[in-house]
Amino acid sequence: MPSVIEVRHLRKEYDAKVAVEDVSFTVERGEIFGILGPNGAGKTTTVECVVGLRKPDGGDIAVLGLDPLRDRAELTQRLGVQLQDGQLPDKMTVGEALRLYRSFYRKPADPQTLMDALGLADKHKTNYADLSGGQKQRLSIALALIGSPEVAVLDELTTGLDPQARRDTWSLIQDVRAQGVTILLVTHFMEEAERLCDRLAVIDRGRVAALDSPTGLTDRVQGSQQIKFRPSVPFQDELLTSLPQVTGFSRRDDLVLVTGTADALIAVTSTLARNNIVAEHLRVEQPSLEDAFVALTGSRPDADQVAARL
Amino acid sequence: MSATTANPPANRGSVLVPLALSELRMFVRGKAGPIFAIGLPLALLIVFGNIPFYQVHRSSLHGYTLLDVYVPILTAFVLATLAFNVVPAALVGYREKGVLRRLRTTPVGPVRVLAAQLLVNLVTAAVSVVIVLLVARLAFHVALPRQIGGYLVSIVLAALALMTIGLFIAAASPNSKVADGLGTTLFYVMMFFAGLFLPIGVMPSLLQHISRAAPLGAAVQALTDATQGHWPHPVQLLTLVAYIVVFGGGAVKLFRWE
Repeated sequence: MPSVIEVRHLRKEYDAKVAVEDVSFTVERGEIFGILGPNGAGKTTTVECVVGLRKPDGGDIAVLGLDPLRDRAELTQRLGVQLQDGQLPDKMTVGEALRLYRSFYRKPADPQTLMDALGLADKHKTNYADLSGGQKQRLSIALALIGSPEVAVLDELTTGLDPQARRDTWSLIQDVRAQGVTILLVTHFMEEAERLCDRLAVIDRGRVAALDSPTGLTDRVQGSQQIKFRPSVPFQDELLTSLPQVTGFSRRDDLVLVTGTADALIAVTSTLARNNIVAEHLRVEQPSLEDAFVALTGSRPDADQVAARL
Repeated sequence: MSATTANPPANRGSVLVPLALSELRMFVRGKAGPIFAIGLPLALLIVFGNIPFYQVHRSSLHGYTLLDVYVPILTAFVLATLAFNVVPAALVGYREKGVLRRLRTTPVGPVRVLAAQLLVNLVTAAVSVVIVLLVARLAFHVALPRQIGGYLVSIVLAALALMTIGLFIAAASPNSKVADGLGTTLFYVMMFFAGLFLPIGVMPSLLQHISRAAPLGAAVQALTDATQGHWPHPVQLLTLVAYIVVFGGGAVKLFRWE
């Protein structure tokens, strides 16, 4: 069976600035495929090309075997899109928006079912302007699903939602997928990517830095660990950096951060003990998807993500 | 192409009905449109109509009253306020908020929303003009247009000319502040040349010339001619057509969805 989304050597520039250098990936039917990357990596541009909002400067894109630009009339019937900054008129109510968008499609979904699933049922007479950020976001998801799409593209699905709403949205997306909908998800939430995505493309500086399952990505940095402690007395960096098991060393205030191979912990603690240094608040961390991300892109997921974890 | 494309496309002409109804609901809820395009011209008519000074037949106005002269100006007011104040604000607001961007991802696309928006404004204009003409006739004895054909041609051309200028403002403005400022300024300048503050007949000759070339001035003169029973002068109609071509072309060239 052909892939639902095929992107080959996509390239897009804005005024000589390259937004997407060379991105290729395929998404199979029924898959939840994630696009992960730091801000400005080219995620949104890639997705805008996939849904036909922008004309690529190079490469090929096919969605359900259709050309996103040439076959607009057919593709828009079968592709649901939720974008960042795609708002509605202030004075349109939730119910009106869903009924209006419903009239656009050949085989629409039931607005009531969607409002119930997204917790919007009691808001159906509320004006768009009076909705909270999370409610606007949920309405946006509902509008992406109102045409009973075969493929849904969701950009920053849960940004602005509180943790409970985020979890509810995740289970809704899993239900949608269970009905056979293929989902392309742009996110910078590691937890979301880990929970929902079957496979992930990590995009960095306009290129695919890695493409794998979440566990596959984590395994790439497996065999390494991070050790954090506060030394009881000062010591020279060389004491630890000279160890063959240690691959990275840094200090933050009075904390020491060491990364190293799987047996780095024994080497570090025994060296410290020999020098009568006590490692206070000793913590050892196994790599997470976030570490894999940092290792692949050299940057933190971004500020929102850090704030959300606090 | 795969077999799935054999599905007949949805009848998207019918989508214009729900879209226009939705735009109409928001137009009414927005209050500004109905107040400025229907309420205000009607209020001005009633105020002027109750001032005896406006009801005196004057030889300087070829035997017409000031109110006779003002009715075509009030109809131009209706068109101008919708075209310069309501349409650009709505469209630039839609563009800024990403309403058009979202519609581009649906089978309907944003062009039909623009069409629905214009339809609502044109219907509002028609309703308001009919109200003004009827109230003027029934309450204040202002004769209805005598040259009906000429009147219809003039008002349709005037509405299209002003709406294309409104669309041009929307296309050329980077944000809603600029669109509002530009629309309001143009509205007052245009209304001046339409004779709202000073009837065209008593303007100095330089201003009269500018007035004939200005879209609203040309519109008022054409409407006045038709109201008094003559076919509008072709120069006035051609002036309106020229505005439609120039600003329509400019709006299409400059328009951005986001």
